[in-house]
Amino acid sequence: MSSLTPSFVNYEPTRRGLPVTTAPLLELQNLSTHYVSAQGTRVVRAVDQVSLRINAGETLGIVGESGSGKSTLALTILRILPPAARIVSGKMLFEGEDLLEKSESEMRHVRGKRIAMILQDPMASLNPLFTIGDQVAEPIRVHEGATRATAWSRAKDLLKSVRIPAPETRVTQYPHEMSGGMRQRIVGAIGISCEPRLLIADEPTTSLDLTIQAQYLNLLRELQREHHLALIFITHNLGIVAKMCDQLAVMYAGRVVETGPVSQIFNAPTHPYTEALLNSIPRMTDNTQRLTAIDGQPPDLAALPAGCAFAPRCPRVFDRCREAAPPEFSEGRGRTARCWLAAGSGAE
Amino acid sequence: MKQYIGRRIGYSLLSLFLLSLTIFFFVRVTGDPAALLVEPGASEADVAAIHHQFGLDRPLWVQYGIFMSSLFQGDLGQSFYYRTPVMELYLSRLPNSLILAVVAMGLSLLIGIPSGILAAVRVGGFWDSAGKVFALLGLSLPSFWVGLVLILVFSVFLGWLPSSGAGTPLHLIMPAFALGWYFAAAHMRLTRSSMLEVLGSEYVKLARIKGLPQSLVIAKHAFKNALIPVLTLAGINLVIMVNVAVVVETVFAWPGIGRLLYEGIAFRDFPVVQGVVVLGGAMIVIVNMVVDILYAVIDPRIRLER
Amino acid sequence: MSTRADAIVAPPRIRWRSVSLRLDDFPVIPTLILVVIGLVAIFADVLAPHNPEVGSLAARFRPPFWQTGGSTQYLLGTDQLGRDVLSRLIFGARVSVVVGFTAVIFAGVVGTALGIVSGYLGGWVDQVIMRLTDTWLALPALTFAIFLAAIVGPSMWNIVIILGLTYWTRYARVIRGEVLSLKEREFVRLAIVAGCSKWTIMRRHILPNIINSAIVLGTLMLGVVIITEATLSFLGVGVPPPQPAWGLMLSDGKQGLMVGRWWLTMFPGCCIMLMVLSANLLGDWLRVKLDPQLRQL
Repeated sequence: MSSLTPSFVNYEPTRRGLPVTTAPLLELQNLSTHYVSAQGTRVVRAVDQVSLRINAGETLGIVGESGSGKSTLALTILRILPPAARIVSGKMLFEGEDLLEKSESEMRHVRGKRIAMILQDPMASLNPLFTIGDQVAEPIRVHEGATRATAWSRAKDLLKSVRIPAPETRVTQYPHEMSGGMRQRIVGAIGISCEPRLLIADEPTTSLDLTIQAQYLNLLRELQREHHLALIFITHNLGIVAKMCDQLAVMYAGRVVETGPVSQIFNAPTHPYTEALLNSIPRMTDNTQRLTAIDGQPPDLAALPAGCAFAPRCPRVFDRCREAAPPEFSEGRGRTARCWLAAGSGAE
Repeated sequence: MKQYIGRRIGYSLLSLFLLSLTIFFFVRVTGDPAALLVEPGASEADVAAIHHQFGLDRPLWVQYGIFMSSLFQGDLGQSFYYRTPVMELYLSRLPNSLILAVVAMGLSLLIGIPSGILAAVRVGGFWDSAGKVFALLGLSLPSFWVGLVLILVFSVFLGWLPSSGAGTPLHLIMPAFALGWYFAAAHMRLTRSSMLEVLGSEYVKLARIKGLPQSLVIAKHAFKNALIPVLTLAGINLVIMVNVAVVVETVFAWPGIGRLLYEGIAFRDFPVVQGVVVLGGAMIVIVNMVVDILYAVIDPRIRLER
Repeated sequence: MSTRADAIVAPPRIRWRSVSLRLDDFPVIPTLILVVIGLVAIFADVLAPHNPEVGSLAARFRPPFWQTGGSTQYLLGTDQLGRDVLSRLIFGARVSVVVGFTAVIFAGVVGTALGIVSGYLGGWVDQVIMRLTDTWLALPALTFAIFLAAIVGPSMWNIVIILGLTYWTRYARVIRGEVLSLKEREFVRLAIVAGCSKWTIMRRHILPNIINSAIVLGTLMLGVVIITEATLSFLGVGVPPPQPAWGLMLSDGKQGLMVGRWWLTMFPGCCIMLMVLSANLLGDWLRVKLDPQLRQL
């Protein structure tokens, strides 16, 4: 087996590792989001020509360093971007409809109802002045026009389904009265309250204690199975990816540099960045004394170099990399890589 | 929460103590407090009596003791001009100042909060720029100037409103506006920045993610949270308004404690001046404390803490 | 203590941020106004057509020259004692400028010094100074200033001292906050480790980094101080007559308002307004340019 592989990954391809022929639930095509400074001088290409797809019931992991554009991508899908950001190009096809063509009020009906999102910091995500019940019931009342009584009883059921003990008492409590783990479950409950098809989780476990993380991940998996949810899991933690995800997309400097089934990528990564990421995970069986880090710094997204964004730090760089940014190459079996090293192996 | 309240009360007591010390100190520091405490044109016997009453020839800490004990009894001396106890004079004028301050505060909130919210929601747009101009003007135009301009326009040129005195609501409009002007700008600025902060918060983001309509996001999630600092400030500002109304009350001859202070200065009536300052300061400290405690009671986060 | 230690640890100053003075941003008009007012104040003796303190009773209540009854002899009219309004405005500028700047500098020096000491030394010194400023701040500046003025009696220098005493607390609070965060920075810790004395650190390391904020605060305070000075004069406890001060002119002219003698109040009022507006605009601009941290002020 390749020495590149973390030891905790099983090597069998998962059940959904092979490309599917049905239409994807969500398909992003050449999506680009730029931040423009007030004077119009600085343009930050936060999301650059991103193409991804995810099928119903599948779990897609999006991995990258901070600043790689993962969170911006999530906000782009829901079209909740700060005023300085602009979706410059591309298509977002959700269940066949292009989300970019929708009006704001149409998008409102998508948010929370068909696509939901979980944010990273549960303490900050919950409004401190309103009760838990109010906040969980709220999307139900808005999207389904339910009465207060109905929505509250649904809220209690939802709290039960995210394994919060004694939901009857909890609904009248306030966010600061809960522990971090419970708050994140509540945020999860809000997410699934209107039975969405897709749930985007933006680093949901990063602010949780390690001991709670595993429980939460299990909960997410169960919820996914019960509600047949597709899950986009954004994280910088490859361990979580290994445990939770079927497909993986690696982002660097706003671009997707590699996609494919998780086990295959872990076994044999194509892009040097992916390889370096996998290498940097310390292993217990390792005898080496030093941790491997990736040399250099992530690039300034407002001033990207002419060629491949990773070229300055790439151990396998050659001339072509610096001249032109590589397009996405398909490597067959559902894998793509944005690297000149993949140029020989397939079509663009 | 009990601990919190206890601490707040303790701080306030300390502040009151330091306040009395400061006032006491400054009166004595000039070297001849008798010159202030004695009526102009008093006889030798009167001067001697004053010396005895305030213990001016005794050591400082004794003097302070006398000062404090009379304070506690509510005895702030007697006005030279009116020949009535200062406390009585103060209390009789206080309601007028309160009425003026309440109306002025209401005006300032009515103007300040909506404009602040507008400026924040349409940040960078026309309303935001207009708001910035308004804030600048509010800060730069002294209240007596605003008052004088108002008199010029509405009393002299248009003849609609009376320029002085009290008695009818018409008398109240211009002074309330002149007094509230500065605070309207201050409240607008605070509302705007508070609202901007709340609009950028994670829970507002989540509210949008939930698919709530923008109007609900602002009215329910943003508004309540953004108002907290503004209302806190307003509570404190109310008391400050009562105290700085001295100018407006003078311009409009409004019979409140501000005007009393002015009379004290004009007539060299020092007990009145000292009384107004002492009571004004005490009022501010106490109201600050009450506002803090109320805040603790209302905000669920503090209420349920220890 | 050890001058050798001082020599080793040369204070790495936070340079005056290279202020990209984008001239399209620069508040030209406000600065011009302030400069004009300053020049008027300096050259008042030369510029004023008449004696501001002595008037001719025969020429009382003349309106400005463009109204009937006015003349070009008294361009902006005369007041109740026949004094030329324009000359009084010019000399009033002197009062505003001198009092304003001096008071701001006084308050600034005292407030900054105490702020640094309080913030850096901490402990009981900090507590005492902070409690003092709290108390001072509890009283609105105006009330406090009036109180002091009633005690010491009016004179120009008394007013400067009073204003300085009233406003130093605002400096102290802000500077202390900055010092508290500066204390945690590397170069201060290095200096401590190298054995510099507390006073040396405060003087050579902390002070230069605080100056930016102090200056910005100064420009912001200028407007406030001028308004307070005008208010004190208006109430009769400012600079004593017959010396002209804008606030005093407003107070004198107030009675004339009801009979339509608008020029006695409008001109001094406009002067105050212009000066304060300009100071505030300049201060705002400086604040944004020099120290982004103070943007919340």
